[in-house]
Amino acid sequence: MMDRIAGLGRLGLAIIASFGRSGQFLFGVLAGVPRPATGFPLLVKQLYAVGVLSLAIVVVSGLFIGMVLGLQGYTILSDYGSESAIGQMIALTLVRELGPVVTALLFAGRAGSALTAEIGLMKATEQLSSMEMMGVDPLRRVVAPRLWAGFLAMPVLAMIFSVVGIYGGMLVGVEWLGVFEGSFWGNMQSSVDFVDDVLNGFIKSVVFGFVCAWIAVYQGYDCVPTSAGISSATTKTVVYSSLAVLGLDFVLTAVMFGDF
Amino acid sequence: MESSAYIRLRDVVFSRSGRRIFDGISLDIPKGKVTAIMGPSGTGKTTLLRLIGGQLRPDSGQVSVAGHDVPRLKRKALYQLREKMGMLFQSGALFTDLSVYENVAFPLRAHTSLPEDMIRDIVLMKLEAVGLRGARKLMPSELSGGMTRRVALARSIALDPELIMYDEPFAGQDPIAMGVLVKLIRDLNSSMGLTSVLVSHDVPESLSICHYACIIADGKVIGEGTPEELRAHPSERVQQFLEGKPDGPVPFHYPSGDAAADFGVGGLSS
Repeated sequence: MMDRIAGLGRLGLAIIASFGRSGQFLFGVLAGVPRPATGFPLLVKQLYAVGVLSLAIVVVSGLFIGMVLGLQGYTILSDYGSESAIGQMIALTLVRELGPVVTALLFAGRAGSALTAEIGLMKATEQLSSMEMMGVDPLRRVVAPRLWAGFLAMPVLAMIFSVVGIYGGMLVGVEWLGVFEGSFWGNMQSSVDFVDDVLNGFIKSVVFGFVCAWIAVYQGYDCVPTSAGISSATTKTVVYSSLAVLGLDFVLTAVMFGDF
Repeated sequence: MESSAYIRLRDVVFSRSGRRIFDGISLDIPKGKVTAIMGPSGTGKTTLLRLIGGQLRPDSGQVSVAGHDVPRLKRKALYQLREKMGMLFQSGALFTDLSVYENVAFPLRAHTSLPEDMIRDIVLMKLEAVGLRGARKLMPSELSGGMTRRVALARSIALDPELIMYDEPFAGQDPIAMGVLVKLIRDLNSSMGLTSVLVSHDVPESLSICHYACIIADGKVIGEGTPEELRAHPSERVQQFLEGKPDGPVPFHYPSGDAAADFGVGGLSS
């Protein structure tokens, strides 16, 4: 019994220590301002790796999710004779919730895991150590551009997801099922508020982007430098990011839309 | 020798994961010479290099490089000191997303504002010094183990350091590649006036190029001196290591219990 309590205590201390290390790590990354001449090309390279290369999965997923929303929405709304509200339903669902959340989950699986594996492998092959020994701080040179790229790319990807999703919903609702195009766009325009819906969704995606990128780079930098360690860190990135996104989504939704 | 020591370790104690790696080790590494640090695997030779480079901090004791107390240096001063150091890692540690040319140019781009044509000249000179000028367009994945270390060596001398540390440079090399590395280490040391620290357990190669050598085991220096002095060292342990005897003060058998009990038979003893 005492062993179990001691084990729980050790686990608690380890979790607190891990939070402390990750906070210290984040401070180290954000404290160093790189020279624009060297920092900007590195950021652009990472924006390509993290953002542009995630476009395919985001666009395809957005299109199908929008199409499913169109189909489900039409089936339900037509029971009440209000299928003309389908555009409003699709837009609000995507902009407020599915855009930021699903993009963040896809981002964690595609870009986050890649970031963790890349940094972890650099650690295992002593590339980070050799950089340190050359007098170059790997936190600034390797980690910071990846963190900022994730932070900047996520909101843009979420917006693209929502736009493509709305287009997918329009394809099914208007082109296939015959909802009047004017009411599809008109209802959407009248019900979607820029500040309440679009901006709040954007804020969510900014928060998710920051958290996912932070978890990914930290797990890579802190991993045990072996093949098993990198594998475990990559798994942790996806699991922790997904849980953090879903948990934060509830908190942010309650704060933004919880008009109790 | 002490007056010309470039690196000085005094009573250094270092433990990791509850295991004591160094138990009050003291060592002087002379300026402008090749010093070999040898010892059995797992005795902390690489750890010693990391202590010298400031990547690890000792639990107690002093580590000084060129008069700087390394563990107490602020981050900026430590990174400035590292610009005077080069380190050849056992794996080479080349950046896998950069070509050979870009790997060697990396420290120059990071620490200088030299124009591109001058960087090109320096990179080609360094690659020429290690015999790989013609391999500048290759990627690290296209290099053999020996070539990887030679590129890493070119990269570590790109900024003309005062000190260069070699971590097991001969491990896993064929005889030709080993001969090339031995020649390069000796030639670079004499032509550039470097202070070289060579960590290795390849005894003949290390003793053939070093001016001074020390053997560490159990967290302490068990023998040191010139290669000739070491060969005549009275310690049985030193001789066992130098001659590669399988049994001696370091026993062949890992400490174990009663063999008869383990095998389930009588009449055997451990």
